[in-house]
Amino acid sequence: MSQNVVVIGGGPAGIEASRKLRDLGYTPILIEKEPVLGGHLARWDRLFPDGVDASTFLDPMIADLDGIKYFTDTEVASINRLKDTWVVKLSNGLSAQVRAILLTTGFDLFKAEKKEEYGYGIYERVITNADLEAWFKSGAAPQFDDVKVIGFVHCVGSRDEKAGNRQCSKVCCVTAVKQACEIKEKFPDATVYCFYMDLRMFGRKYEDLYLKAQKEYGIRFVRGRVSEVSEDLDGHLFVKAEDTLFGKPMKLKADLLVLMSGMTPAASTQQLARMVNIQTGDDGFFLPKSLIVSPFTSSREGIFFAGAATGPKTLPETLSEASAAALAIDHYLKTLQR
Amino acid sequence: MIDFGYGLTPSSTLKIEDVRLPAFGELLRREPDAAKCIACGSCAASCSAGVFTEMNLRRVILSLQRGREKETLPLLRHCMLCGKCQLVCPRGVNTRHLILSIGKVYQLEEDKR
Repeated sequence: MSQNVVVIGGGPAGIEASRKLRDLGYTPILIEKEPVLGGHLARWDRLFPDGVDASTFLDPMIADLDGIKYFTDTEVASINRLKDTWVVKLSNGLSAQVRAILLTTGFDLFKAEKKEEYGYGIYERVITNADLEAWFKSGAAPQFDDVKVIGFVHCVGSRDEKAGNRQCSKVCCVTAVKQACEIKEKFPDATVYCFYMDLRMFGRKYEDLYLKAQKEYGIRFVRGRVSEVSEDLDGHLFVKAEDTLFGKPMKLKADLLVLMSGMTPAASTQQLARMVNIQTGDDGFFLPKSLIVSPFTSSREGIFFAGAATGPKTLPETLSEASAAALAIDHYLKTLQR
Repeated sequence: MIDFGYGLTPSSTLKIEDVRLPAFGELLRREPDAAKCIACGSCAASCSAGVFTEMNLRRVILSLQRGREKETLPLLRHCMLCGKCQLVCPRGVNTRHLILSIGKVYQLEEDKR
């Protein structure tokens, strides 16, 4: 019988690592607390930089789970060290005794209502990047039909020490540019503004997308962090920022404002860290042995990481880390047998 | 904020949605690279005219996008078209053509009035 490996978190990292572990001859036990697999990706419409449908990646992955035991709607009740194994008890009453556990618990989206000055949850026309994706995915008619001016607020809950998130969430810049182009397609007459601090177009083709947004879609970029949002009697929004390049305060009367919520450590991170007695960083994400040579290895025997559980990551980074972690687990388990 | 008309000094706040940019659109048609500026300031840093005057190409481009051309267009008169900004521009903007195009487009705008 092939050896079991427990994978905690059924997002893209967990699914991909499970498939790779299966291909290497193991029986992965994949645990997901939500009713469906896929994590945030399952709720996302299209992906940067080419605008490919997210389901074209996720659907084939989910269709290829033969040989993987997976449990949705299931949480980890406890993890205990027993000699050289880990005993994992699940909320559904099952338990597994394994030598390796992979933590692919990912991230939570920053709760935009914490930045009260932006009015999420208070003003109807303030939405988040996730709300916008959900709307794109639903294919429904727009909630508001008089949309002429749209604003995107970058770095909501990112690089924000007061909000408890010092880190850059990495993917929101290019997501905002992608979503700005998409919303321009839905409302061709609208003027779309992006309020940014820096534009971090680090990946291949991201800079091209940014140029395309300016040249083909006419998206207007304003360097300045939005300081506050208010509402007039008709429900339209007043957005205040400084145009820091121009050196003047500015106001925008907008019909829709999209907040680019960043990545925060998943709520389960601290809980799991305590269960297996491993460290998290100041930022709350899991802390690997080395951020350079082994970002998927923890400080404890048999505990591994992949994906955004160790900090904000793009989807391709997450997928390749999942493969690398599967290989690292294979290597570790083979070394134990010798 | 509602302007009741009693202010002693006009508000310096940019009301950006009021800015209509037909002229900037025309400029983009003539010189699409105008959209490529990332406001790095290399042009202004290398500008000979900028040493002695307020000439600043980065600022001119931005002002045009913010509908404040009146303030900055006169600055362009100090440009000697030496081309140093074109040498340093990381985006490869043809600054000479851009400056000449700005002159043409906005001069035309002036003539219309």
